[in-house]
Amino acid sequence: MAIAREAEPVSSLREIREAGLDRDDLLLTYRHMLVTRGIEERGHILYKQGKIPGSFYTGRGNEASAVGVAMAMGPEDVGTPLHRDMGVHVTRGVEPWRIFAQYMGREDGPTKGRDGNVHMADSRLGLIAMVSHLPAMLPVAVGAALAFRIREEKRVAVGWFGEGASARGDAHEAMNLAGVRRLPTVFICDNNQWAYSTPMHLEYACETLADRAQAYGFEGVVVDGTDVLAVYREARRAIEKAREGGGPTLIESMTLRMEGHAVHDDASYVPKELFEEWAKRDPIERFRNWLRENAEFTDEEEEQLAGSVKKILNDALSRADESPLPSPDSLTEGVFATPEDLDTPHHK
Amino acid sequence: MAEKTYLQAISDGLRQEMQRDKRVFVIGEDVGVYGGAFKVTLGFQEEFGPWRVIDAPLSETAIVGGCTGAAIMGMRPVAEMQFADFISCAWDHLVTVAAKQRYRAGTPVPIVVRLPSGGGFSGGPFHSQNPESSFAHIPGLKVVCPATPEDAKGLLVSAIEDPNPVLYFEHKHLYRRIKAEVPDERYLTPFGKARVHREGDDITVVTWGAMVYTADEAAKQLEEEDLSIEILDLRTLIPWDRKAVLESAKKTSKVLVLHEDTRTGGFGAEIAATIAEEAFEHLDGPIKRVTAPDSPVPFSPPLEKAYIPQIEDVAAGLRELAEY
Repeated sequence: MAIAREAEPVSSLREIREAGLDRDDLLLTYRHMLVTRGIEERGHILYKQGKIPGSFYTGRGNEASAVGVAMAMGPEDVGTPLHRDMGVHVTRGVEPWRIFAQYMGREDGPTKGRDGNVHMADSRLGLIAMVSHLPAMLPVAVGAALAFRIREEKRVAVGWFGEGASARGDAHEAMNLAGVRRLPTVFICDNNQWAYSTPMHLEYACETLADRAQAYGFEGVVVDGTDVLAVYREARRAIEKAREGGGPTLIESMTLRMEGHAVHDDASYVPKELFEEWAKRDPIERFRNWLRENAEFTDEEEEQLAGSVKKILNDALSRADESPLPSPDSLTEGVFATPEDLDTPHHK
Repeated sequence: MAEKTYLQAISDGLRQEMQRDKRVFVIGEDVGVYGGAFKVTLGFQEEFGPWRVIDAPLSETAIVGGCTGAAIMGMRPVAEMQFADFISCAWDHLVTVAAKQRYRAGTPVPIVVRLPSGGGFSGGPFHSQNPESSFAHIPGLKVVCPATPEDAKGLLVSAIEDPNPVLYFEHKHLYRRIKAEVPDERYLTPFGKARVHREGDDITVVTWGAMVYTADEAAKQLEEEDLSIEILDLRTLIPWDRKAVLESAKKTSKVLVLHEDTRTGGFGAEIAATIAEEAFEHLDGPIKRVTAPDSPVPFSPPLEKAYIPQIEDVAAGLRELAEY
């Protein structure tokens, strides 16, 4: 039997208002989810047009999970989102044109062409850029929380990982240190059931990954990652608990990776029935229906929203396309930091 | 100015930085209550409290990764590896995260990792290594190897001030054996400036860390044979003082590169290659390397003695070069 608590769905506008989101916030949440999916769909087209070098990754099916957690973060909180968490970047306010520029290796991407795809972050928005060694970002998030604890700031660090990354030692060491020191950290496990071609039962043997939290001395929660409101509510609880000195929480957000590991991968190893089953739980469709049933979401509002998202994406694409490719002369610039580089909101 | 051991100089430098800059904190295994395996942070927890002198679980990955996160949030962490050998557990965090973060994401990672390194006391394969060249190979990391108490303090202060990840190799064999005058006030010893440990005209020895003293003893022997040896202590490997090395090579025309690390791909190879590329015309002999052999560091005293370059090995190398 699972040890971790299973999160309840949110059944009314009143309930979600009590959790912290009013109707405008809900529409904003929906918009972030649409922008997130839109960016990745457009990115996929760009990739097929040969405009994106290297590989291309999407987080289709994870929009609710990423946006829900990011909506629950405070402005001073920080996080280390991974490659299925585009919604975190969008919610924290990264401009979509900069993301397209990043995809295409252009000068105006957050990494100026030094790194690709979702390997980026705007530190001014409290995000730390991921590396490919996925669980490596967990100790980094714990270190951010340690800084907050040392300085006695009421800030929280959110660290993301997947069920694949849960198998590596970094995940253990990070959670253990956070637990021992009760650091203000929230661990989000995007459990999308497949680490490339490896199914979850070959990554871990416990019933749920959230069960592991008990071993580290904190609370574990399993949440339906296709339900943005349930994700939000659990993330908000965990973040505020951490902020008040209540220590870490591990939230396991269950989804299905609805596409291949990257665009080259047809995911033929995933049973067709599984895709069909989870397609019925599409997070965007699900939230749209919820808004219709519970928040009087009108046709007019929906059309307006779709129109504005389309315009944002079109404008972003053209602006990104105008961004130059980086000059080879700049190749070794920035290998080492200079004292001026420390003039950031954090390092000051 | 007072006479201090190499270890006291490290300890004093660190304490002074913690007194003047609240962002500086120490994290490592047994660094708090116990004061560190070598007692570098003895008394620190009483002075700075348990949240600035943090006893970490046995988790090198979380220690160095945590330092990276804290540094990005504006702290100036100083991590202690109990032995330099254990840095292998944190390789990913130095090489994958910290070293590349400035280049790819524009985020500086000002951390210092203190690494008690080196052999000479039967520490065996896991408590004796000198893994500096592995990290010198990684763009984005700085590598520091002080040889004197004065440099131990000044380079540590510079390391803490530096906006990059710095690996600070402190040689265990020097901890209590080497004593010298160390200024009381705060000072920075710049990176990338070699120190002339001994001036000479006939052969240049390029070295760092504990090998500076081995070279010095060898040079004294050869002085009796009328050979004048110049010893350059590099102090830092990344960045390293190419100019000083090339100038000395041009002056003496013969160079011996000496390190306690193993031979193949050791940092001496980089120095030798650079001299060959840029001072070839000035050389009157091959560039000679004296290093440990390509083997793990052995435990038993006769094996370890054969492993670590000895005074006689350096003297023999110098004689060979002199006769060339």
